[in-house]
Amino acid sequence: MYPKELRYSKEHEWAKVEGKRVRIGITKFAADRLSDVVYIELPQVGTDVSYMQPFGVVESVKAVSDLYAPVSGKIVEINRAVIEKPEMINTDPYGEAWMIVVEPRDTAELGQLMDAAAYAAMVGEATS
Amino acid sequence: MDATLKRTPLFEAHRRLGARMVAFGGWEMPVQYSGIMEEHRAVRGRAGLFDVSHMGEVDLLGRGAIALAQRLVTNDVERLAAGQALYSPMCTPEGGIIDDLLVYKMSDTHLMLVVNAANTSEDLDWIRAHAGTDVQVIDRSVEIALLALQGPKAADILQSLTRESLGGIRYYWFREMVEVAGRTATVSRTGYTGEDGFEIYASSQDAVPIWEAILETGRSTGLLPAGLGARDTLRLEAGYLLHGNDMDKTTSPLEAGLGWTVKLGKSGFIGQDALRRQKDEGLSRRLAGFVLGERVIARHGFAIWCDSRVVGVVTSGSFGPTVEKSIGLGYMPPRYAEPGQQIAVEVRGRMVPGTVTKLPFYAREKRASA
Repeated sequence: MYPKELRYSKEHEWAKVEGKRVRIGITKFAADRLSDVVYIELPQVGTDVSYMQPFGVVESVKAVSDLYAPVSGKIVEINRAVIEKPEMINTDPYGEAWMIVVEPRDTAELGQLMDAAAYAAMVGEATS
Repeated sequence: MDATLKRTPLFEAHRRLGARMVAFGGWEMPVQYSGIMEEHRAVRGRAGLFDVSHMGEVDLLGRGAIALAQRLVTNDVERLAAGQALYSPMCTPEGGIIDDLLVYKMSDTHLMLVVNAANTSEDLDWIRAHAGTDVQVIDRSVEIALLALQGPKAADILQSLTRESLGGIRYYWFREMVEVAGRTATVSRTGYTGEDGFEIYASSQDAVPIWEAILETGRSTGLLPAGLGARDTLRLEAGYLLHGNDMDKTTSPLEAGLGWTVKLGKSGFIGQDALRRQKDEGLSRRLAGFVLGERVIARHGFAIWCDSRVVGVVTSGSFGPTVEKSIGLGYMPPRYAEPGQQIAVEVRGRMVPGTVTKLPFYAREKRASA
């Protein structure tokens, strides 16, 4: 459910460190809660994002949710495929359905995110 | 969940199926089981089974039943034969829509009104306030459960559970005392999905066995239990309105595109003068359908723009799983409410282009005979 190599935000984004870059998406918990994602809005490559500030929007039949950046920096890549087929957010949230790649300004921010166990505990509480 | 919410007799059955429950109209109802898209597609392609027991049922009994209904609703109850049902708004004297409902005619002295859950109590007060001594108004909402079996395979599935010849029940007709899965129910050929299908009114204690028999029988056909989420996307594609979203006491049936249910020529009904005046003077706004150029959803309350100004407001919007487009309804001045008109919907500060479209967004291919 929550891969160990990822870091997690309290707003249900995951961050994966890949050398000097960080790949970002939303968790299985968030995808399940939204269910049937039909639309995602992402900024352009080159846009600056700030720690725990909205960078985009994800929308299901039921609800709209802001996407929060788990780390500050510049967007160097966005996933065009997930814009074309947002339903992959429900089927493969940690793989195909990544959203953006950021070159972080301050990697110390990543230390403030949760590990898989802490995140699982948080959503466990949230779902009960 | 709020402890004051009411539960249908199928509440535990929904739990066992892993449904996600939400508050709706004062009830704790299943919004989805396997997923809105999947349930929607099951109804369009095969069949879906809905628990809509939250709907209110009100019996009008006595000599004055038909006259009372005729006075309360805009459509013509007098033209109903026994065994026939009718859709109609019920209006205020100003022509605003208190609720939209189904009128079932059991006999000259017995009608059943089926009303929206959120409005049941207010409707009852209104109906009782207009009832004379020659008619009894009885709230049967708690004792009656309502299942909707909808989809191209609905008739086959239900037929295998009853000896009644369902082919004999035409659209908007019904039969009482139909044996379904060994229980007794009233079965009507009605629905809110744009597909062929039935609504099954049964005693509360028979709800679970009928529900389970239909699920069991339908399984091999691909029937799925379906929740309010799919019910909403299905009704929107089919161009059906939702009271409280697309119409309320501030909108008239003429504005809502329900002019076909307003029989101005019939004997006096509440709202008649106001609606006649509105028809003579012309409408200042009309409900219209639109399709957006992107998959983003136009939510209730979003502004509709045209000619660089706000001309209207979205009342319902969703992604249509069958039409595979973002679709919606909204009120706008009649000159803009014409198919082909280019509009924009303001979505979180951004203008999303769209086109006014003829309703419904989806119509099934009808077979030669029902």
